Amino acid sequence: MVTALAETPGLAGASLDVLGVSHAFDLDGKSLPVLDHVSFHMEAGELVALLGPSGCGKSTLLRLVAGLEPPSAGSLLVDRQAITGPHPSRVVMFQDPTLYPWRTVRANVSLGLEARGLLRTRGGRVDDALRLVGLSHFATAYPHQLSGGMAQRVSLARALVNDPTLLLLDEPLGKLDSMTRLTMQGELVSLWQRNGFSALLVTHDVEEAVFMANRVIVLSDRPAAIKADIQVDLPFPRHRGDPRLADLRREILGLLGLDANW
Amino acid sequence: MSSAKSLRPGEDLALATAAPRSASPGFWYMGAIAAGAWLVFAAVVSFLPDIDDFDRTGLLARIAAVSGVVLALLAVFGPAVPRAIVTRVRHAGPWLVLLAAAFTAWELVTAKFTILPRPFFASPQAMLEVFTDDWPRLGLSVGHSLRLLAGGYVIGASVGFVSGVAIGWSRAVGYWAHPTLRLIGPLPATAWLPLAFFAFPSSYSASTFLIALATGFPVTVLTWSGVASVNKAYYDVARTMGASERFLVLKVAIPAALPSVFVGLFMGLGASFSVLVVAEMMGVKAGLGWYLQWAQGWAAYANMYSALLVMALMCTGLITLLFRARDKLLAWQKGLVQW
Repeated sequence: MVTALAETPGLAGASLDVLGVSHAFDLDGKSLPVLDHVSFHMEAGELVALLGPSGCGKSTLLRLVAGLEPPSAGSLLVDRQAITGPHPSRVVMFQDPTLYPWRTVRANVSLGLEARGLLRTRGGRVDDALRLVGLSHFATAYPHQLSGGMAQRVSLARALVNDPTLLLLDEPLGKLDSMTRLTMQGELVSLWQRNGFSALLVTHDVEEAVFMANRVIVLSDRPAAIKADIQVDLPFPRHRGDPRLADLRREILGLLGLDANW
Repeated sequence: MSSAKSLRPGEDLALATAAPRSASPGFWYMGAIAAGAWLVFAAVVSFLPDIDDFDRTGLLARIAAVSGVVLALLAVFGPAVPRAIVTRVRHAGPWLVLLAAAFTAWELVTAKFTILPRPFFASPQAMLEVFTDDWPRLGLSVGHSLRLLAGGYVIGASVGFVSGVAIGWSRAVGYWAHPTLRLIGPLPATAWLPLAFFAFPSSYSASTFLIALATGFPVTVLTWSGVASVNKAYYDVARTMGASERFLVLKVAIPAALPSVFVGLFMGLGASFSVLVVAEMMGVKAGLGWYLQWAQGWAAYANMYSALLVMALMCTGLITLLFRARDKLLAWQKGLVQW
């Protein structure tokens, strides 16, 4: 189902530096800290998973990297340039597909090009992206006609037409049924391998993190701080039954205090 | 019908509901009953003596008889007629029977036996006479009403839409507009009538203003609420892809708010009708409202009923137009109410 984008043989990935980032929300006049001095470096082309308990602030960190909000303290750099706002090279794939219901699949995928006035010159990329996610035949369908997995594929295609150098994945498979989730995990990995972008994956699924990522950064409960930074030095394609993955999973569950019944 | 290439999800469903509920091409019994009912009506009109001299009794009888004959032909020779027409006519069958029965009863209690007192209750032929003899004046009234309504409605809807988007989008605009809207909006537009008629140079412009006011309030509030309740994630998606503020308003906020905007346009249209009629009765010397008033002044009750009927047709026609436009623009929505 996943084939390389024909016209983009090798997009360069971006590097990311998160330097002493803290962040707090204002809740009824009180300050609620969600991130506590988080620092890490991500090489160009890496796929890093941010793993942590629900509500720990990992999605907030992703929003900061996307430039949707500025951090309360600390700084974020992409390719050593400070992040000052959103940029199409750092698109987000959200947990909900958030497709626009009034647009057809094709018009949804065109969104980024249209917003930047590039639809006329680079419209062909839309069809490439639809082919890439295997939904060419659904170009004229409306979102309400799609299944959850198909909608999330459209959302992936909508992100890919922007040629991201750092793809931000905010639990993109979290709401899919388990079979679709397994398929799409494999698809995302081979897409990442072929296209060469960097990817930051927020997830609370330990197995997903160790199966997909080069590195797993484990976050603590809110306010999130880095608990561990684990290399997953296994070649791709990986096999879910690999005993090394099982070891890593146990180690990470231990870090999260969830290994009691393992 | 569906090649593998163009197969779409939900298409099978669409086909299933669109399939005509088999207009069996055989004999149409309900049509025969309807034909009989209309012929009975024709017989009642022509053979029972009128209580007074009505000019159009003959014409009414002929119309009823022709209706009966056409229905009889349709009942027997349905298959020879285009299927789309047959399906529609057959669907109307029970209504055609009821209408004939109602007309007969109405004819009996008015023109034939005067059970209902004249002149307050007009007979069918008296109303028919209004349409055959006074149609120029009625038509002109419809024209005047439509012109006044269209002017006021378009102004009110446009201003309401723009201000609704502005209030929903900008906090600063909302700060100033919200209290004003809360104070002025709920005031019925007709309450401005005395003021408007001396503040404006003509009763026509005063009425345009009132209709615009009545239309503008619901359109503003519902556009505003539509824009304010747009899923915030839609903006995040567009912003991460490099969308400008202009793009966010025109391509995200407004399309997302359109279902709510149409509710406002619908409510505004209803409000504009009532202001239109009041304005035409109170000051404007033309239009259906004026015709009603004029007919009442001359105790021409048949004309009044005819004008009411025309007004009902005009209003329902306009609302149908609005719903058509909505169905076209909001085809992506599921479960739209069919008007």
